[in-house]
Amino acid sequence: MAARTLYDKIWDAHLVGARKDGNSLIYIDLQLLHEVTSPQAFEGLTLNKRPLWRVDANLATPDHNVPTDQRELGMAGITDTIALQQVTALDDNCKSFGVEQFEILDPRQGIVHVVGPEQGATLPGMTIVCGDSHTSTHGAFAALAQGVGTSEVEHVMATQCLVQNKAKNYAVEVNGELSPGVYAKDLILAIIARLGTAGATGHTIEYRGSTIRALSMEARMTLCNMSIEAGARAGLVAVDQTTLDYVKGRPFAPSGDQWEAAQTYWRTLVSDADAIFDNTLQLRAEDIPPQVSWGTSPEQVAGIDEVVPDPGQFTDPVQVESAGHALKYMDLPAGKAIKDIYLDQIFIGSCTNARIEDLRAVAAIVRGKKLAANIKQALIVPGSGLVKAQAEAEGLAQIFVDAGFSWRAAGCSMCLAMNPDKLGPKEHCASTSNRNFEGRQGHAGRTHLVSPAMAAGAAIAGHFVDVREWL
Amino acid sequence: MQAFTKHTGTVAPLERVNVDTDQIIPKQFLKSIKRTGFGDYLFDGWRFVDEGDLGMTPNERQLNHDFVLNQPAYQGASILLARDNFGCGSSREHAVWALQEFGFCVVLAPSFADIFYGNCFKNGLLPVVLNEREIDQLFHDCGQGYSLTVDLERQQVETSAGAIFNFQIDQGLKEKMLKGLDDISMTLAERALIESFEAKHRQSQPWLFLREE
Ligand code: SF4
Repeated sequence: MAARTLYDKIWDAHLVGARKDGNSLIYIDLQLLHEVTSPQAFEGLTLNKRPLWRVDANLATPDHNVPTDQRELGMAGITDTIALQQVTALDDNCKSFGVEQFEILDPRQGIVHVVGPEQGATLPGMTIVCGDSHTSTHGAFAALAQGVGTSEVEHVMATQCLVQNKAKNYAVEVNGELSPGVYAKDLILAIIARLGTAGATGHTIEYRGSTIRALSMEARMTLCNMSIEAGARAGLVAVDQTTLDYVKGRPFAPSGDQWEAAQTYWRTLVSDADAIFDNTLQLRAEDIPPQVSWGTSPEQVAGIDEVVPDPGQFTDPVQVESAGHALKYMDLPAGKAIKDIYLDQIFIGSCTNARIEDLRAVAAIVRGKKLAANIKQALIVPGSGLVKAQAEAEGLAQIFVDAGFSWRAAGCSMCLAMNPDKLGPKEHCASTSNRNFEGRQGHAGRTHLVSPAMAAGAAIAGHFVDVREWL
Repeated sequence: MQAFTKHTGTVAPLERVNVDTDQIIPKQFLKSIKRTGFGDYLFDGWRFVDEGDLGMTPNERQLNHDFVLNQPAYQGASILLARDNFGCGSSREHAVWALQEFGFCVVLAPSFADIFYGNCFKNGLLPVVLNEREIDQLFHDCGQGYSLTVDLERQQVETSAGAIFNFQIDQGLKEKMLKGLDDISMTLAERALIESFEAKHRQSQPWLFLREE
């Protein structure tokens, strides 16, 4: 057989059939559901009197618009009536279709992309879909994980399959060692800056190289999470010992003989040595400083020592125009030092950076310090109830509270501000989330994407700082 | 799904690259559990000066008169002329529903983001890729009452002056649009194939079926 990439292997293992129009039918092993993109799909099934093809291949939890304070109130804490209607609809649908759900008061509730891996529901070699574009997160486990629209959610519910044409292969190879204070988040922002937001359209990215091999699973999830921000359909990291160690013993993972059989297979989930990629990008880890986004697209980022660019310096007229728009929206003059950008709010959370390692990195920076006076609000929102419990057990939560942060319950929160956590107009926010689009974190709000450590440093200093100097 | 064969309509030009789905339909409107009701909030942050929320009607809102879709010249447009990477960002299908409900039947752009492109075909909104030069020309020519005919069967966009631009499209997607076929029924017609794959899959990777009763 010809040499295959990791993506090719997962694809082949799930190919149900090829259609004569060039599309294929791909079998889906797991569908993650949340309250925002599932109601219309369940409605579609009901209207057409169709059952779920495989009830056990679905797992649900509410995350997008659950409030992050007063969680003990459960459903009663949701004051927005429309949000309440969505969360209630998820409850009702899960009950009537028999889908397993971690409901709002379950300690395992959280952001779907944190919960899946945490429970071992995400396994290597799987195909996974969710009606959320950051499903690419699960690619850290060598699972082909893709965000889909609501019609596709319904399609997978009804048929366990996705109709798709095969993507191309993109190799993003990073070698060398990241400097202390530089994290997977900085790495992925640097990658997106080079690829552009449409650079990997129609591709699946495989992250490779010694830097990637050295990353923890949590860091790999951060990396794969933002693949979509480079236009890719999915991101992947090959299986290695780090992957297996993480998965072993998790509630939904196989055990005993099944584990042995599974891990033998999972070890084959790497690209063949002579596999051919359609495109390649190479980076040196040493060259990457902490990153800060200055614009309204995740490709508009700069190193912490740089200045806000002059739109005229770009060669591509499209970039010139969009940088001009962005600076106007962000109210930043060209030439301003990134370190001179002052913040109003801090948001540490989201499926990109709300795992325990992220919170540890924050604690290391803020321990014994206080928020700067200009910071109006600083939220830390753990990715799941279990992350929350662990952070509390490790004493991290107390460090945050002592420093002046608001310590919340799990959910998407101000990553997309569908719940009450929002930026005010014109406020600048250092955010560990994944999108700095106009209005993403609140009407007319201004988002700067950074790593958790960088957000922590900005919270203490009131403006961006180079956290490499704070360690 | 409604079939799409041929459409003639007026064109509205949206001179922006990387228009993301958060702009097309901002997140505060995603709380609805319905498929309808999104047209009023299309490009909400651009069409209106005030901040909108679900349930508000356009009459009670403050219009941004500078925004192209609010200009008298482009009222009733059913073809949206757009720039590169249209529909990037979040996977929300609501973006497509909002465009359709507002009255758009076709979006013309030099490129589309993947998920958005796919979502269009699930709902009967036709995304047409023309090359940069052709799109530039359309932007140049576009003005009050400028209309185009989009013929899916012949894969052509025709101007009222008779100029013709050909476009490429996946033949499977084209078929589906022309006939207005429902994806799920098409796939369920292959039930036997799926079942036999599933049986093999269960045997080779039994750990993927651990939660089965
Ligand atoms: S945290 Fe943000 S990006 Fe992640 S699933 Fe929630 S809304 Fe989407």
